[in-house]
Amino acid sequence: MFKEMRNLRDAYSSALIELGNKNKDVVVLDADLALSTKTKRFGTVFPDRFFDVGIAEANMMGIAAGLATCGKIVFASTFAVFATGRCYDAIRQSIAYPCLNVKIVATHAGVSVGGDGASHQMLEDIALMRALPNMTVIAPADATEMEDVVPEIANYYGPCYVRIGRADAPVIFEKHGEFKIGKGYILEDGDDIAIIATGTMTAEAIKAGEILRKEGIDAMVVHMPTIKPIDKKVVEKASKTGRIITCEEHTVIGGLGDAVAMTIQRKPAQMHRIGINDVFGESGEANELLEKYGLTAENIAKVAKEMI
Amino acid sequence: MHEEKLVKEIKRTALQIRKWVIESIYRAGSGHPGGSLSIADIIACLYFHEMKHNPKNPKWEDRDRLVLSKGHACPALYAALALSGYFPVDELKNLRKTGHFLQGHPCMRKVPGVDMSTGSLGHGLSVAVGMALAGKMDKKDYRVFVILGDGEVQEGEIWEAANSASHFKLDNLIAILDRNGLQIDGATEEIMHIEPISWRWRAFGWNVIEINGNNVKEILDTFHNIKKNGKPTIIIANTIKGKGVSFMEGTLSFHGKAPSKEQYIKAISELEQEERELDV
Repeated sequence: MFKEMRNLRDAYSSALIELGNKNKDVVVLDADLALSTKTKRFGTVFPDRFFDVGIAEANMMGIAAGLATCGKIVFASTFAVFATGRCYDAIRQSIAYPCLNVKIVATHAGVSVGGDGASHQMLEDIALMRALPNMTVIAPADATEMEDVVPEIANYYGPCYVRIGRADAPVIFEKHGEFKIGKGYILEDGDDIAIIATGTMTAEAIKAGEILRKEGIDAMVVHMPTIKPIDKKVVEKASKTGRIITCEEHTVIGGLGDAVAMTIQRKPAQMHRIGINDVFGESGEANELLEKYGLTAENIAKVAKEMI
Repeated sequence: MHEEKLVKEIKRTALQIRKWVIESIYRAGSGHPGGSLSIADIIACLYFHEMKHNPKNPKWEDRDRLVLSKGHACPALYAALALSGYFPVDELKNLRKTGHFLQGHPCMRKVPGVDMSTGSLGHGLSVAVGMALAGKMDKKDYRVFVILGDGEVQEGEIWEAANSASHFKLDNLIAILDRNGLQIDGATEEIMHIEPISWRWRAFGWNVIEINGNNVKEILDTFHNIKKNGKPTIIIANTIKGKGVSFMEGTLSFHGKAPSKEQYIKAISELEQEERELDV
C-alpha cells in the first residue's frame, strides 16, 4: 500500500543542510558516528559549524549546552542508546534543567537496528527523555515528516529529543508542512477502536486499520509524532471509541502508552500497549525481529479483535 | 589602581565573601562551607579584577564567563555576585529557602550573573568548552573560566572535556583546579588518587601553572600572565579547605555541614578580626 521507501537519516541530513543555509546559528555535533547518523554531509558543506567530538557522548552534550548558552542552535547526534542512556545526567544537568536550545537527534532506535543486537537497540529512550522537565520528545514516522521536524524544532526554543530508526521506512505523507510540535494526526476516522502509533509503528498502524476495515471493524488510526507534550484533544477523541491500542518500537514502560494512559486517567478507556514487553532486544533481521516482538500490522489487528 | 592597594581591596572583598559564606550557610542550616571558603580568594580576584562583566547587563554577549563546575561552592559565587551588584546583598540571607531564587546549587535561570547551572559534578568543563568554542566561531575575545574541584576530576567526563579543549586549541579557556586535597570521604590521595595532577593535564595538552590559591597577589599575577599560545590553561590552585576559619581549615567535617550558633559566632569574629588586621 505504500509506494516508496525512504530513509529518515537521509532526510535528516538534507534537512540539516537546508537549515544550515538559512540559519548561520545552526551548529552540528556528532560523536564519531557522523557517517551513520548522516551528519557528515553537513560537516562537508559547513566545516566551520560542525564538530566531531570523538567517542565522548557526554562531553558532546556538555559542549552542546555551552554553545547554546552563546546563542547557537545546536543539533547533537549519535545513536539513541548513547544519546540518552549514556548521557542522561549530562542532559539532565546541562540541557534540560537550564532549558537550553539543544536538539538531540538520535538514530538507530528500536529493535529494527537488527544485527548489532541488544547493546545497540535502544528501547528506553522515550521513557528517559519524557521524564525530564522542559524536554520535548518526537518520533517522526517517515522521511517527509523528518524533513519538516528539523526546521520546526529549530524554530522552537528549548531542548528537544528526536528519535528515528536505522532502516528505510515507507513514505506515508506526500505533502510537506503538516508537522507541528504537540499535534496528533487522525489519519483514519473510526468508532470501534483507536490505534495510536508513533515513529516506525505508524505505518504498521495504518496497515492494521486496513486489515480491520476489511473485516468490518472501524478503527481510528492516529499518528502521534510528538509524545511530549502529547495532543490531549486527539487522545480524548480516540478514547471516545472506548478502546485504545498504543504502538511503539520501545518498551511498554514509560513511552507512548504511558503518555496516552496519563491523558485519560480520569476518564479511562480499555487499553492495550503494543511495544517491547520489558525485555532486551537481540540480533537478527529487522523484519524478523519486528515480527518476533509483535510489532506488526497483523499483531495490532489481532489485538484489536481480541478487545472488541 | 596601585598594585598594593588593589591586593588589599581584593583581600578585603575575599573576607566579605567569606563572612557571607558563613552567614548564608548558617541561616540556611545546610550547605558546603569548606569548599566555598577555599575558593573565596579566587572568586574575589575573578569578579573584582580579572573578569570583564557587567552586573547591569548579566547576559552581555562579550562578557567573560564563569562556570562553577564544583557547584556546591555557590555560596562564594552568590556572595561575589551580590557584592558586584547583580542582586541585593541582603538576598544572601535567603540561601536554600523555599521559594527563593538562591538554590543550593547554581541555577542560571534563577540567579542573575550565573552563567551555567551546575551541581552534578563533572559536567562544567564540557560546557565551558562549548562556550569557548562559540567564542572562537564568533571571533569574540571573551574568555571562559571554569572552577573545578579536585575530587571532581575523578569524574571521567572531565577528561573527555580536557581532551577536546586542547584538540580545539581553546586558548580562551582557563580552568582553575581548587586543590584543597579533601573530598567528602577523605583525602583525595587516599580515596582515589589524582596525582601527579600537573602532569596529567600537561599530558592532555594544557598549559599548567601551579600556585598558592589563597594568595591574592599570586592569583592576580597568574591571571595577568596567562599566554594565548593555542592551548587551554589550567591553574592548579593549592588551597586550604575552610580557609579563614581556624576550626574549619583543613578538616573534612565542614565539607557539607552548617556551623552551629557558637561556631557561627566564632567564625564571624575571626573573619572580622582579620578585616581589622588588614587596616593596620
